[in-house]
Amino acid sequence: MNRLLRFAHRWIVFAVAVVVWELLTRAAAHPYFSPPSTIAEAAVRLWSSDSLTEDIVPGIGRLLLGWAVAAVIGVVLGVLLGRSNTARLALGPVFNFLRSIPPPLLVPFFAATVGITRMQLPVIIFGAVWPVLLNTVDGARGVDSTKVDTARVFKLSRAQWLLGVVLPSALPKVFAGLRLSLSMSLILMVISELVGSLNGIGYQLALAKDNYDAPGMWAWIVLLGVLGYLFNSLLLLLERRALAWQPRHSLEARALATGG
Amino acid sequence: MKMLEVRGLGHTYRGKDGTHTAIDGLEFTVDPGELVCVVGPSGCGKSTLLRTISGLIKPTRGSVSLHGNPVDGVPSDLSVVFQDYSRSLFPWLSVTKNVEFPLRKLTRRNRTTRAAEALAAVGLDGAGRKYPWQLSGGMQQRVAIARALAYRPSLLLMDEPFASVDAQTRFELEDLLLRVRREQDTTVLLVTHDIDESVYLGDRVLVLSKSPATVVADLDVPLGQHRDQITTRSSDAFVDLRARVAGLLTSAPARVR
Ligand SMILES: Nc1ncnc2c1ncn2[C@@H]1O[C@H](COP(=O)(O)OP(=O)(O)OP(=O)(O)O)[C@@H](O)[C@H]1O
Ligand SMILES: [Mg+2]
Repeated sequence: MNRLLRFAHRWIVFAVAVVVWELLTRAAAHPYFSPPSTIAEAAVRLWSSDSLTEDIVPGIGRLLLGWAVAAVIGVVLGVLLGRSNTARLALGPVFNFLRSIPPPLLVPFFAATVGITRMQLPVIIFGAVWPVLLNTVDGARGVDSTKVDTARVFKLSRAQWLLGVVLPSALPKVFAGLRLSLSMSLILMVISELVGSLNGIGYQLALAKDNYDAPGMWAWIVLLGVLGYLFNSLLLLLERRALAWQPRHSLEARALATGG
Repeated sequence: MKMLEVRGLGHTYRGKDGTHTAIDGLEFTVDPGELVCVVGPSGCGKSTLLRTISGLIKPTRGSVSLHGNPVDGVPSDLSVVFQDYSRSLFPWLSVTKNVEFPLRKLTRRNRTTRAAEALAAVGLDGAGRKYPWQLSGGMQQRVAIARALAYRPSLLLMDEPFASVDAQTRFELEDLLLRVRREQDTTVLLVTHDIDESVYLGDRVLVLSKSPATVVADLDVPLGQHRDQITTRSSDAFVDLRARVAGLLTSAPARVR
């Protein structure tokens, strides 16, 4: 019963918004604003088995692969850089320059260098790496001085130090970076597919636009929203497990602060 | 051979806003098996002394030797219970894992038994699977002590280990320390700003002056091996000694230079 109430509490505004949207769009009958029921029909038509294997799965694949590669690069580099003042000083200006480039601007560059059909992955990786990297550097730098002394006194090995002390200390920040990177990956996936691609969710979105298929466009937009919501929820679940050692109150405070 | 020899030890911190001499010309030795208490006023440089002995900072003057070997970098058979124990524990590891973490050179099986023994010695048999933040301050301090003991150091350094727990817990932890060092025959150098504690725990008490700290007195504590919170603390020998230490602390002049 309690669960049911909580569920209702969580979704009631959303449901009302959908109903209002339906009534308004039906009344207005504007060609570009489709009612949810029509969008749902379009979705069923478009997310058919062909599209699923040729556009949706490849699109999600790019998104997840790009994000995962960015995450690995960001965390590994971030931990090392965070603990080395010399490396950080030397690379700081370069990184600040590179991350200031708006990632969508990379689309033409990668399209020219690696080709229009293969540029999506590099674009996602390059754009998504900065939030993880910079957050990890920040977290790794902030290892508490008493823990640094403790590690030295007990002569921890290099692996114990990096994986057992620095990484867990940085983990809350790492997850904040991962979350930003994930939404960045989603954006870059769509943009790179919109601009130039022979398949993918963005490609289908552009196609629907060219065919004046408003419900179709809406259906793809809804799919992107659903994917973003789903992946963010999964990541949050992972974060809760990985940070289960944190005192409860701090977890809840973090969830509130980050809108989780 | 002496366990620890400190000769002419001095340290000057250099910062943006000038220099600060925390300790100066410290001289003392510790024999194997002894429990020596260092008592000094707040901020006189007690933590600095322990940090130089443990090799965490390089002193600007003088020398420290452990078993006759000059200390240069952290010696391998030394452990420290830090003043800030809650920050010294790893919150992402369970209590048992915290104690096992530094024992990487042991086999898995030995590690487990060593940690279990240390936790039992400090009365935390049941708490091994908990996380440090689920424990009270006094229990966290026991975990830090267990971790230091499980490491089997030849010298155990303790920096105001009981300063931030309530009086009742403090008495318990003091007696626990006395029992454990009897059982394990550990050499301990314990820093405190509490006069009573230094006399109750120590075989010897080193009294430090105000900053920059020097040794103003090195007193033997003739209270025997077995001590008791009530009878020992009310004995004449205890009362005399604590009065002497108190006198030394209040009259100890900051050295004029
Ligand atoms: N890293 C540092 N840089 C500059 N000055 C320092 C540093 N660490 C300590 N000091 C100064 O050295 C003096 C002695 O500090 P220390 O921590 O050794 O004293 P303490 O006796 O342990 O103090 P407490 O009783 O508060 O634990 C203090 O005046 C302190 O401000
Ligand atoms: Mg101190």
